Amino acid sequence: MTAHAIELAANPRAPAGNPMLPVPYRVERVRRETYDTFTLEMVPAQAPGLAAFLPGQFNMLYAFGAGEVPISISGDPNDCPILLHTIRAVGAVTKALCALKRGDMIGLRGPFGSGWPVKQAVDQDVVILAGGIGLAPLRPALYHLLHDRRKYRRISLLYGARTPEDILYLRELERWRGQFDLEIDVTVDRGGAGWRGNVGVVTTLLPRATFDPAGTIAMLCGPEVMMRFCVLDLRKCGVPPQRIFVSVERNMQCGTGFCGHCQYGPAFICKDGPVFSFDRVEPIFGKAEV
Amino acid sequence: MEAGEQFILEAARLGELLSALAHQGYEVIGPSIRDGAIVYEPVHTVDDLPRGWTDEQGPGYYRLRRRDDDALFGFNVGPHSWKKFLYPASHRLFTATCQQNGTQGAFRIVEEVPSRQPRYAFLGVRACELHAIAILDKVLASPNYTDPDYKRLRESTFLVAVNCTQAGATCFCASMGTGPGADSGYDLVLTELLEGSHRFVVRAGSSRGADVLAALTTRVASAEERELASSQLDHAAAHMGRQLDTGGLQALLYRSYDHPHWEAIAQRCLSCANCTLVCPTCFCTTIEDVTDLSGDHAERWRRWDSCFTTAFSYLHGGSVRSSTKARYRQWMVHKLAAWIDQFDESGCVGCGRCIAWCPAGIDITAEARALREAQAAGAHAP
Amino acid sequence: MIQTLDSVIREHAFFKDLEEHHIQFIAGCATNVRFQEDQFIFREGDDADHFYFVREGLVSIELLVPRRGAVTVQTVGPGDVLGWSWLAPPYRWHFDGRAKCPTRALAFDGKCLRAKCEEDHDLGYEMLKRFYNMAFERLDATRLQLLDIYDGPRD
Repeated sequence: MTAHAIELAANPRAPAGNPMLPVPYRVERVRRETYDTFTLEMVPAQAPGLAAFLPGQFNMLYAFGAGEVPISISGDPNDCPILLHTIRAVGAVTKALCALKRGDMIGLRGPFGSGWPVKQAVDQDVVILAGGIGLAPLRPALYHLLHDRRKYRRISLLYGARTPEDILYLRELERWRGQFDLEIDVTVDRGGAGWRGNVGVVTTLLPRATFDPAGTIAMLCGPEVMMRFCVLDLRKCGVPPQRIFVSVERNMQCGTGFCGHCQYGPAFICKDGPVFSFDRVEPIFGKAEV
Repeated sequence: MEAGEQFILEAARLGELLSALAHQGYEVIGPSIRDGAIVYEPVHTVDDLPRGWTDEQGPGYYRLRRRDDDALFGFNVGPHSWKKFLYPASHRLFTATCQQNGTQGAFRIVEEVPSRQPRYAFLGVRACELHAIAILDKVLASPNYTDPDYKRLRESTFLVAVNCTQAGATCFCASMGTGPGADSGYDLVLTELLEGSHRFVVRAGSSRGADVLAALTTRVASAEERELASSQLDHAAAHMGRQLDTGGLQALLYRSYDHPHWEAIAQRCLSCANCTLVCPTCFCTTIEDVTDLSGDHAERWRRWDSCFTTAFSYLHGGSVRSSTKARYRQWMVHKLAAWIDQFDESGCVGCGRCIAWCPAGIDITAEARALREAQAAGAHAP
Repeated sequence: MIQTLDSVIREHAFFKDLEEHHIQFIAGCATNVRFQEDQFIFREGDDADHFYFVREGLVSIELLVPRRGAVTVQTVGPGDVLGWSWLAPPYRWHFDGRAKCPTRALAFDGKCLRAKCEEDHDLGYEMLKRFYNMAFERLDATRLQLLDIYDGPRD
């Protein structure tokens, strides 16, 4: 069997709809968020690029030669076709991605997965609990909520980071706090001498947020342990489990449910998740080795 | 010829079927003996088939044995399954070339498209295997998510089913409702008759099957012949070597998450992944991105993977399922329970391959029974 | 609108479901207090004769660590109760409490309250339950903080 080449450039939307073929994008800007976390701003190398995304969805990012990783989209869903991805350089591929410069090429597949329940949140109070880099997948939801601010009742963003130096999107958070249509509270696990804000885990912010438990949609993203404690406290406040949404992480390789790696009980995280209402995952959430 | 009408093809004329398929441009794949096992590979003549051989199977046991007749399909299933052809173990998805001498700058991705698409005719597809192929269709070619390579191969493949007139010691298709007779999904189905003259009862299941059938020298099957074929299937159904009680099995497995029995299985399980490789429905693959030494040329490969490896559940910093217990549980609960949530049916077709090819002889039917009994005992405990 | 002390206490979740005469007694032990930015509310080793209900501002619970200076272990904000050392011998503060910004609070006379708790075990038990629950939540939060969950693995 010999192979002949079909040049991708001729058809950037993956010939025959092959979901395994990356679509070329170009890096427009690299923003350093913290010492190890970067936001890449990308535009399609040729129109039309990937389809519009929903807040909470992710793309597979291909760094030439290094490999591919799933990264949630962290930009504004209304900014199509610009795509923002906030990446923490921890492995070989994420390090290669964070080393990209303006003008470099990147391969993208997506968008994949389910989004945050922004429709369900209409006319509800919204409590967003983010931990560490978990703020990145929640930022598109915030953009969306603020874009249609009048459709929602109180919005609270409670954000926990390791240290003040690890806080993502600091300037944006300050700007939002100044708008007074969004309650923002930030806390760190360890504050330095210059830190004037809260110290303690993100759950300690919950009693200070104002929301009506029965009319609240809670969106959680962060380390699994953090989400577990947040769910406990939300439920103690009276928020029912079907109104609490968590983002689950597993090894994802294909994004289409073919490779089987991201199975989480009966769900494929890549197509049924990564966002789940807590009542759907409760029997296995936090269990060892699921 | 009427739909579903049954004909007789003399065994001596089976070669006509192979020729007719070859004539239509099919590459015929069928059972053949290699390395002491009946495997699936290209067959050109009837002599390539395992005439007069059968397979003896048990937990961790597979041997070929001479039959005292000339049966061509007088065995059950071997280590191969058809997924080997429909979803190859190793497949290059694309190549990429760097356009600026090893920097990230720019690269070009080129999709892998074979210049010549193979068109397969599978000869000797068992009822359980037809169901396995139907299951793979749901996984890999659903309306929302389709693997284009699989779909292409699958649509062009001609399926010649063979009904099982004997059940193996590791078979339990009757429990899974997938055999021993083929009910649908084939182009042609054969039932081998050995009493009297060596012949096949043939029936078409599709119009392209009917076209091929029309090209063969056949006669209409008599009522006795049809009756004989059907009674042999009943006999096979009644003599299954294994049984799996599927009643309430899904809920039972979900409930058994923390049961100590998983640890007892893990004491025997070698985590070798044999069960997943021989399983006709296990579909997991891994994506491998590789580069050459110059760094200018990259490729992406899709390869069969197994939930029994620690790398399978790797998540920045470690494996989610680091213990054998968790990996066996994942496999069995997925196969018999989660699969039903995902694809509306069990992922097990009762072919028994995982039992025969497990080097430790772990028997999925026995483990399901043990979990059921352990739970029943637990429920009655004070 | 100026709220009376007993109504502030009655509305606070911490004092929920207390009997009216107990609320009255507790209100009798309370005074409004204000702290400037960086003002110490209590110092490690001092007599712990009070606990506080923070109404506005932020208080850091700190420990002076050689060469590192004042390390904030946790902050306590609006709606939170601050201080449980008044409830257990030797009634001394184990940490420093410092206002991180202008802070308004209710201060409760712990000395008076613990004498009353000895006398009225119903009140004593109610107070103990509430402070135990608070300590339990703080311990939970501290355990989570110890895990350093955001520091993902590196290769």
